[in-house]
Amino acid sequence: MKALKVFFNGVLNENPTFRMVLGMCPTLALTTAAINGIGMGLATTFVLVGSNLVISLLKSFIPQKIRIPAFVVVIATFVTVVSMIMQAFLPELNKSLGIYIPLIVVNCIILARAESFASKNSVLLSIMDGLGIGIGFTLALLLLGSIREILGAGTWFGMPVFSDGFSPAVIMILPPGGFITLGLVLGLLNKLTGRAE
Amino acid sequence: MEYVGKIFVILISSILINNFVMSRFLGICPFLGVSKRVETAVGMGAAVTFVMAMTSLITYIIQYVILEPLGLEYLQTIIFILVIASLVQFVEMVIQKTSPTLYQALGVYLPLITTNCAVLGVAIINIDEKYDLIQALFNGVGAALGFTLAIVLFAGVRERLELSDIPKPLKGFPIALITAGLMSVAFLGFQGLIK
Repeated sequence: MKALKVFFNGVLNENPTFRMVLGMCPTLALTTAAINGIGMGLATTFVLVGSNLVISLLKSFIPQKIRIPAFVVVIATFVTVVSMIMQAFLPELNKSLGIYIPLIVVNCIILARAESFASKNSVLLSIMDGLGIGIGFTLALLLLGSIREILGAGTWFGMPVFSDGFSPAVIMILPPGGFITLGLVLGLLNKLTGRAE
Repeated sequence: MEYVGKIFVILISSILINNFVMSRFLGICPFLGVSKRVETAVGMGAAVTFVMAMTSLITYIIQYVILEPLGLEYLQTIIFILVIASLVQFVEMVIQKTSPTLYQALGVYLPLITTNCAVLGVAIINIDEKYDLIQALFNGVGAALGFTLAIVLFAGVRERLELSDIPKPLKGFPIALITAGLMSVAFLGFQGLIK
Protein backbone atom coordinates (compact mmCIF):
# COMPACT_ATOMS: atom_id res chain seq x y z
CA MET A 1 0.00 0.00 0.00
CA LYS A 2 2.74 2.39 0.97
CA ALA A 3 4.67 1.32 -2.11
CA LEU A 4 1.78 2.40 -4.34
CA LYS A 5 1.62 5.73 -2.55
CA VAL A 6 5.31 6.29 -3.19
CA PHE A 7 4.80 5.40 -6.86
CA PHE A 8 1.99 7.88 -7.43
CA ASN A 9 3.79 10.50 -5.41
CA GLY A 10 6.58 10.23 -7.99
CA VAL A 11 4.24 10.43 -10.97
CA LEU A 12 2.06 13.30 -9.72
CA ASN A 13 2.96 15.24 -6.58
CA GLU A 14 6.69 15.24 -7.12
CA ASN A 15 6.66 15.05 -10.91
CA PRO A 16 10.29 15.85 -11.70
CA THR A 17 9.57 18.05 -14.71
CA PHE A 18 6.44 19.97 -13.78
CA ARG A 19 6.69 20.12 -10.00
CA MET A 20 10.39 20.10 -9.19
CA VAL A 21 11.68 21.55 -12.49
CA LEU A 22 14.70 19.23 -12.57
CA GLY A 23 16.44 17.55 -15.48
CA MET A 24 15.77 20.43 -17.84
CA CYS A 25 18.50 19.68 -20.38
CA PRO A 26 17.10 16.43 -21.81
CA THR A 27 13.57 17.77 -21.32
CA LEU A 28 14.20 20.70 -23.61
CA ALA A 29 16.63 19.10 -26.03
CA LEU A 30 14.92 15.81 -26.79
CA THR A 31 11.26 16.74 -26.99
CA THR A 32 11.44 17.58 -30.70
CA ALA A 33 9.50 14.37 -31.38
CA ALA A 34 7.27 12.19 -29.24
CA ILE A 35 9.36 9.07 -29.85
CA ASN A 36 12.57 10.76 -28.65
CA GLY A 37 10.76 11.85 -25.50
CA ILE A 38 9.66 8.29 -24.72
CA GLY A 39 13.12 6.86 -25.49
CA MET A 40 14.83 9.31 -23.19
CA GLY A 41 12.19 8.85 -20.50
CA LEU A 42 12.52 5.07 -20.48
CA ALA A 43 16.33 5.16 -20.51
CA THR A 44 16.25 7.53 -17.53
CA THR A 45 13.69 5.33 -15.76
CA PHE A 46 15.97 2.32 -16.12
CA VAL A 47 18.92 4.22 -14.65
CA LEU A 48 16.76 5.63 -11.85
CA VAL A 49 15.40 2.24 -10.78
CA GLY A 50 18.85 0.65 -10.98
CA SER A 51 20.65 3.36 -9.08
CA ASN A 52 17.91 3.65 -6.45
CA LEU A 53 18.06 -0.12 -5.94
CA VAL A 54 21.84 -0.29 -5.56
CA ILE A 55 22.12 2.83 -3.45
CA SER A 56 19.41 1.73 -1.03
CA LEU A 57 21.21 -1.62 -0.70
CA LEU A 58 24.53 0.07 -0.02
CA LYS A 59 23.23 2.94 2.09
CA SER A 60 24.75 1.72 5.35
CA PHE A 61 28.14 0.98 3.76
CA ILE A 62 28.73 4.30 2.01
CA PRO A 63 30.48 6.79 4.30
CA GLN A 64 28.56 10.04 4.68
CA LYS A 65 31.42 12.23 3.48
CA ILE A 66 32.04 10.63 0.12
CA ARG A 67 28.46 9.70 -0.62
CA ILE A 68 28.06 12.00 -3.64
CA PRO A 69 31.03 10.57 -5.60
CA ALA A 70 29.87 7.08 -4.64
CA PHE A 71 26.35 7.78 -5.91
CA VAL A 72 27.75 9.24 -9.12
CA VAL A 73 29.83 6.13 -9.79
CA VAL A 74 26.77 3.90 -9.30
CA ILE A 75 24.72 6.11 -11.63
CA ALA A 76 27.49 6.23 -14.24
CA THR A 77 27.66 2.43 -14.22
CA PHE A 78 23.98 2.12 -15.06
CA VAL A 79 24.27 4.80 -17.73
CA THR A 80 27.09 2.83 -19.36
CA VAL A 81 24.87 -0.25 -19.34
CA VAL A 82 21.97 1.65 -20.97
CA SER A 83 24.24 3.16 -23.57
CA MET A 84 25.66 -0.26 -24.52
CA ILE A 85 22.18 -1.81 -24.74
CA MET A 86 20.92 1.02 -26.92
CA GLN A 87 23.93 0.85 -29.23
CA ALA A 88 23.35 -2.85 -29.70
CA PHE A 89 19.57 -3.06 -30.05
CA LEU A 90 18.25 0.42 -30.89
CA PRO A 91 20.92 2.05 -33.07
CA GLU A 92 18.39 4.43 -34.67
CA LEU A 93 17.12 5.83 -31.39
CA ASN A 94 20.65 5.89 -30.02
CA LYS A 95 21.68 8.09 -32.92
CA SER A 96 18.87 10.58 -32.45
CA LEU A 97 19.42 10.83 -28.66
CA GLY A 98 23.16 11.15 -29.28
CA ILE A 99 25.22 12.88 -26.63
CA TYR A 100 22.28 13.01 -24.22
CA ILE A 101 22.63 9.30 -23.41
CA PRO A 102 25.99 9.61 -21.59
CA LEU A 103 24.66 12.85 -20.15
CA ILE A 104 22.00 10.96 -18.18
CA VAL A 105 24.78 10.74 -15.57
CA VAL A 106 24.44 14.42 -14.86
CA ASN A 107 20.65 14.47 -14.89
CA CYS A 108 19.91 16.13 -11.55
CA ILE A 109 16.74 14.06 -11.07
CA ILE A 110 18.72 10.86 -10.50
CA LEU A 111 21.19 12.30 -8.03
CA ALA A 112 18.36 14.13 -6.27
CA ARG A 113 16.41 10.88 -5.77
CA ALA A 114 19.54 9.05 -4.61
CA GLU A 115 20.28 11.75 -2.07
CA SER A 116 16.76 12.51 -0.87
CA PHE A 117 15.06 9.11 -1.13
CA ALA A 118 17.15 6.00 -1.83
CA SER A 119 19.78 6.76 0.81
CA LYS A 120 17.07 6.87 3.50
CA ASN A 121 14.49 4.25 2.52
CA SER A 122 14.10 0.50 2.10
CA VAL A 123 14.89 -1.32 -1.15
CA LEU A 124 11.26 -1.91 -2.18
CA LEU A 125 10.23 1.70 -1.57
CA SER A 126 13.31 2.96 -3.44
CA ILE A 127 12.47 0.85 -6.48
CA MET A 128 8.90 2.14 -6.43
CA ASP A 129 10.17 5.69 -6.11
CA GLY A 130 12.52 5.19 -9.06
CA LEU A 131 9.65 3.77 -11.13
CA GLY A 132 7.26 6.56 -10.14
CA ILE A 133 9.67 9.40 -10.82
CA GLY A 134 10.82 7.72 -14.04
CA ILE A 135 7.26 7.26 -15.34
CA GLY A 136 6.41 10.82 -14.32
CA PHE A 137 9.42 12.05 -16.28
CA THR A 138 8.53 9.89 -19.30
CA LEU A 139 4.93 11.16 -19.34
CA ALA A 140 6.13 14.76 -19.11
CA LEU A 141 8.55 14.24 -22.00
CA LEU A 142 5.83 12.50 -24.02
CA LEU A 143 3.46 15.43 -23.48
CA LEU A 144 6.02 18.07 -24.45
CA GLY A 145 7.31 15.96 -27.35
CA SER A 146 3.77 15.47 -28.68
CA ILE A 147 2.93 19.19 -28.52
CA ARG A 148 6.15 20.15 -30.29
CA GLU A 149 5.99 17.41 -32.90
CA ILE A 150 2.33 18.05 -33.78
CA LEU A 151 2.75 21.81 -34.06
CA GLY A 152 6.27 21.84 -35.45
CA ALA A 153 6.19 18.97 -37.92
CA GLY A 154 2.48 18.22 -38.26
CA THR A 155 3.02 14.59 -37.29
CA TRP A 156 2.63 12.42 -34.19
CA PHE A 157 5.02 9.47 -33.82
CA GLY A 158 5.81 10.10 -37.49
CA MET A 159 2.16 9.85 -38.65
CA PRO A 160 0.64 12.91 -40.33
CA VAL A 161 -2.03 14.54 -38.15
CA PHE A 162 -3.29 17.34 -40.38
CA SER A 163 -4.42 17.50 -43.99
CA ASP A 164 -2.06 18.81 -46.65
CA GLY A 165 -3.11 22.42 -46.15
CA PHE A 166 -1.32 22.65 -42.78
CA SER A 167 2.04 24.34 -42.82
CA PRO A 168 3.98 23.38 -39.68
CA ALA A 169 5.40 26.05 -37.36
CA VAL A 170 9.02 24.99 -37.64
CA ILE A 171 10.03 27.20 -34.69
CA MET A 172 8.38 24.66 -32.37
CA ILE A 173 10.99 21.99 -33.10
CA LEU A 174 13.84 24.50 -33.02
CA PRO A 175 15.42 25.36 -29.64
CA PRO A 176 13.18 28.39 -28.89
CA GLY A 177 10.08 26.19 -29.20
CA GLY A 178 11.40 24.00 -26.37
CA PHE A 179 11.75 26.87 -23.93
CA ILE A 180 8.45 28.49 -24.86
CA THR A 181 6.40 25.26 -24.81
CA LEU A 182 7.70 24.27 -21.39
CA GLY A 183 7.11 27.78 -20.05
CA LEU A 184 3.53 27.86 -21.28
CA VAL A 185 2.74 24.32 -20.07
CA LEU A 186 4.14 25.15 -16.62
CA GLY A 187 2.09 28.33 -16.53
CA LEU A 188 -1.05 26.46 -17.55
CA LEU A 189 -0.49 23.83 -14.84
CA ASN A 190 0.00 26.57 -12.25
CA LYS A 191 -3.28 28.12 -13.38
CA LEU A 192 -5.17 24.80 -13.29
CA THR A 193 -3.86 23.71 -9.91
CA GLY A 194 -4.14 27.21 -8.46
CA ARG A 195 -0.52 26.93 -7.41
CA ALA A 196 1.52 30.03 -8.16
CA GLU A 197 4.62 31.52 -6.64
CA MET B 1 47.55 29.76 -41.02
CA GLU B 2 44.81 27.41 -42.04
CA TYR B 3 45.06 25.80 -38.62
CA VAL B 4 44.60 29.13 -36.84
CA GLY B 5 41.56 29.76 -39.00
CA LYS B 6 40.10 26.40 -38.02
CA ILE B 7 40.58 27.17 -34.34
CA PHE B 8 38.92 30.54 -34.80
CA VAL B 9 35.95 28.83 -36.42
CA ILE B 10 35.68 26.39 -33.50
CA LEU B 11 35.81 29.24 -31.01
CA ILE B 12 33.18 31.40 -32.73
CA SER B 13 30.90 28.48 -33.39
CA SER B 14 30.99 27.27 -29.80
CA ILE B 15 30.37 30.79 -28.43
CA LEU B 16 27.65 31.97 -30.79
CA ILE B 17 26.32 29.47 -33.29
CA ASN B 18 26.16 26.30 -31.25
CA ASN B 19 25.78 28.19 -27.99
CA PHE B 20 25.64 25.54 -25.29
CA VAL B 21 22.66 26.96 -23.47
CA MET B 22 20.67 28.42 -26.33
CA SER B 23 20.97 25.80 -29.00
CA ARG B 24 22.38 22.65 -27.46
CA PHE B 25 20.42 22.83 -24.19
CA LEU B 26 23.37 22.02 -21.99
CA GLY B 27 23.75 23.64 -18.59
CA ILE B 28 20.12 24.67 -18.21
CA CYS B 29 19.98 24.04 -14.44
CA PRO B 30 22.54 26.70 -13.44
CA PHE B 31 21.25 28.88 -16.28
CA LEU B 32 17.83 29.01 -14.63
CA GLY B 33 19.05 28.73 -11.05
CA VAL B 34 21.89 31.26 -10.76
CA SER B 35 20.62 33.91 -13.12
CA LYS B 36 18.68 36.06 -10.68
CA ARG B 37 21.47 38.65 -10.33
CA VAL B 38 24.15 39.74 -12.78
CA GLU B 39 27.00 39.52 -10.25
CA THR B 40 26.38 35.90 -9.31
CA ALA B 41 25.91 35.07 -12.97
CA VAL B 42 29.36 36.49 -13.74
CA GLY B 43 30.89 34.52 -10.84
CA MET B 44 29.21 31.34 -11.99
CA GLY B 45 30.41 31.96 -15.53
CA ALA B 46 33.99 32.41 -14.35
CA ALA B 47 33.92 29.24 -12.25
CA VAL B 48 32.42 27.24 -15.12
CA THR B 49 34.97 28.65 -17.58
CA PHE B 50 37.84 27.49 -15.39
CA VAL B 51 36.33 24.05 -14.81
CA MET B 52 35.51 23.56 -18.48
CA ALA B 53 38.96 24.57 -19.73
CA MET B 54 40.65 22.24 -17.24
CA THR B 55 38.17 19.44 -17.99
CA SER B 56 38.82 19.71 -21.73
CA LEU B 57 42.56 19.35 -21.15
CA ILE B 58 42.50 16.56 -18.58
CA THR B 59 39.80 14.41 -20.13
CA TYR B 60 41.55 14.70 -23.49
CA ILE B 61 44.80 13.42 -22.02
CA ILE B 62 43.03 10.63 -20.14
CA GLN B 63 41.14 9.53 -23.24
CA TYR B 64 44.17 9.28 -25.51
CA VAL B 65 46.90 8.33 -23.03
CA ILE B 66 45.05 5.89 -20.78
CA LEU B 67 41.66 4.77 -22.07
CA GLU B 68 42.34 4.19 -25.78
CA PRO B 69 45.69 2.38 -25.53
CA LEU B 70 44.20 0.07 -22.90
CA GLY B 71 40.94 -0.41 -24.81
CA LEU B 72 38.88 0.91 -21.90
CA GLU B 73 36.68 3.37 -23.84
CA TYR B 74 33.59 2.00 -22.14
CA LEU B 75 34.82 3.50 -18.86
CA GLN B 76 34.74 6.97 -20.44
CA THR B 77 31.59 8.24 -18.72
CA ILE B 78 32.62 7.02 -15.26
CA ILE B 79 36.19 8.34 -15.43
CA PHE B 80 35.20 11.70 -16.90
CA ILE B 81 32.59 12.39 -14.25
CA LEU B 82 35.09 11.57 -11.49
CA VAL B 83 37.65 13.97 -13.00
CA ILE B 84 35.02 16.70 -13.16
CA ALA B 85 33.88 16.05 -9.58
CA SER B 86 37.42 16.41 -8.24
CA LEU B 87 38.05 19.57 -10.26
CA VAL B 88 34.88 21.13 -8.94
CA GLN B 89 35.88 20.25 -5.39
CA PHE B 90 39.18 22.02 -6.03
CA VAL B 91 37.53 25.16 -7.44
CA GLU B 92 35.14 25.18 -4.49
CA MET B 93 38.01 25.19 -2.00
CA VAL B 94 39.77 27.99 -3.88
CA ILE B 95 36.69 30.20 -4.03
CA GLN B 96 35.86 29.54 -0.38
CA LYS B 97 39.33 30.76 0.64
CA THR B 98 39.60 33.71 -1.74
CA SER B 99 36.08 35.11 -1.94
CA PRO B 100 33.64 34.09 0.81
CA THR B 101 30.99 36.48 -0.60
CA LEU B 102 31.00 34.84 -3.99
CA TYR B 103 31.04 31.47 -2.26
CA GLN B 104 27.84 32.33 -0.41
CA ALA B 105 26.16 33.77 -3.47
CA LEU B 106 26.87 30.70 -5.58
CA GLY B 107 25.60 28.53 -2.74
CA VAL B 108 24.40 25.09 -3.67
CA TYR B 109 25.12 25.68 -7.36
CA LEU B 110 28.87 25.47 -6.87
CA PRO B 111 29.03 21.74 -6.10
CA LEU B 112 26.33 21.38 -8.73
CA ILE B 113 28.80 22.37 -11.47
CA THR B 114 29.62 18.66 -11.27
CA THR B 115 26.16 17.91 -12.56
CA ASN B 116 26.28 20.78 -15.04
CA CYS B 117 25.80 18.79 -18.18
CA ALA B 118 27.70 21.41 -20.16
CA VAL B 119 30.96 20.31 -18.53
CA LEU B 120 30.61 16.59 -19.24
CA GLY B 121 29.04 17.56 -22.56
CA VAL B 122 32.07 19.49 -23.73
CA ALA B 123 34.39 16.63 -22.76
CA ILE B 124 32.35 14.14 -24.79
CA ILE B 125 31.92 16.49 -27.76
CA ASN B 126 35.71 17.01 -27.87
CA ILE B 127 36.20 13.26 -28.21
CA ASP B 128 33.28 12.73 -30.63
CA GLU B 129 34.44 15.50 -32.95
CA LYS B 130 38.00 14.08 -32.88
CA TYR B 131 39.54 17.44 -31.99
CA ASP B 132 43.26 17.62 -31.21
CA LEU B 133 44.45 18.97 -27.86
CA ILE B 134 44.49 22.66 -28.81
CA GLN B 135 41.16 22.48 -30.62
CA ALA B 136 39.68 20.70 -27.60
CA LEU B 137 40.95 23.42 -25.28
CA PHE B 138 39.53 26.18 -27.47
CA ASN B 139 36.23 24.35 -27.82
CA GLY B 140 36.05 24.12 -24.01
CA VAL B 141 36.87 27.78 -23.49
CA GLY B 142 34.49 28.84 -26.25
CA ALA B 143 31.64 26.77 -24.87
CA ALA B 144 32.23 28.24 -21.41
CA LEU B 145 32.34 31.79 -22.76
CA GLY B 146 29.11 31.10 -24.63
CA PHE B 147 27.57 29.82 -21.39
CA THR B 148 28.77 32.93 -19.54
CA LEU B 149 27.44 35.22 -22.27
CA ALA B 150 24.02 33.58 -22.17
CA ILE B 151 23.72 33.50 -18.37
CA VAL B 152 24.87 37.13 -17.90
CA LEU B 153 22.50 38.44 -20.58
CA PHE B 154 19.68 36.39 -19.09
CA ALA B 155 20.43 37.67 -15.58
CA GLY B 156 20.20 41.23 -16.92
CA VAL B 157 16.76 40.52 -18.34
CA ARG B 158 15.60 38.75 -15.19
CA GLU B 159 16.60 41.64 -12.93
CA ARG B 160 14.10 43.75 -14.86
CA LEU B 161 11.55 40.97 -14.91
CA GLU B 162 11.41 41.04 -11.10
CA LEU B 163 9.87 44.50 -11.23
CA SER B 164 7.41 43.96 -14.03
CA ASP B 165 3.77 43.02 -13.80
CA ILE B 166 3.43 39.38 -14.79
CA PRO B 167 0.26 37.25 -14.77
CA LYS B 168 0.28 35.26 -11.56
CA PRO B 169 0.45 31.71 -12.97
CA LEU B 170 3.44 32.69 -15.14
CA LYS B 171 5.52 34.07 -12.27
CA GLY B 172 8.87 32.40 -11.58
CA PHE B 173 9.96 29.56 -13.83
CA PRO B 174 7.34 29.85 -16.61
CA ILE B 175 8.14 33.46 -17.52
CA ALA B 176 11.87 32.76 -17.19
CA LEU B 177 11.55 29.92 -19.69
CA ILE B 178 9.53 32.01 -22.13
CA THR B 179 12.14 34.79 -21.87
CA ALA B 180 14.88 32.26 -22.52
CA GLY B 181 12.91 31.11 -25.57
CA LEU B 182 12.89 34.64 -26.97
CA MET B 183 16.64 34.95 -26.33
CA SER B 184 17.11 31.68 -28.11
CA VAL B 185 15.29 33.11 -31.14
CA ALA B 186 17.88 35.88 -31.15
CA PHE B 187 20.71 33.34 -31.04
CA LEU B 188 19.15 31.54 -34.01
CA GLY B 189 20.17 34.62 -35.96
CA PHE B 190 23.80 33.50 -35.75
CA GLN B 191 23.06 30.35 -37.73
CA GLY B 192 24.80 30.43 -41.06
CA LEU B 193 27.47 32.85 -39.83
CA ILE B 194 30.07 30.23 -40.69
CA LYS B 195 29.63 27.70 -43.44
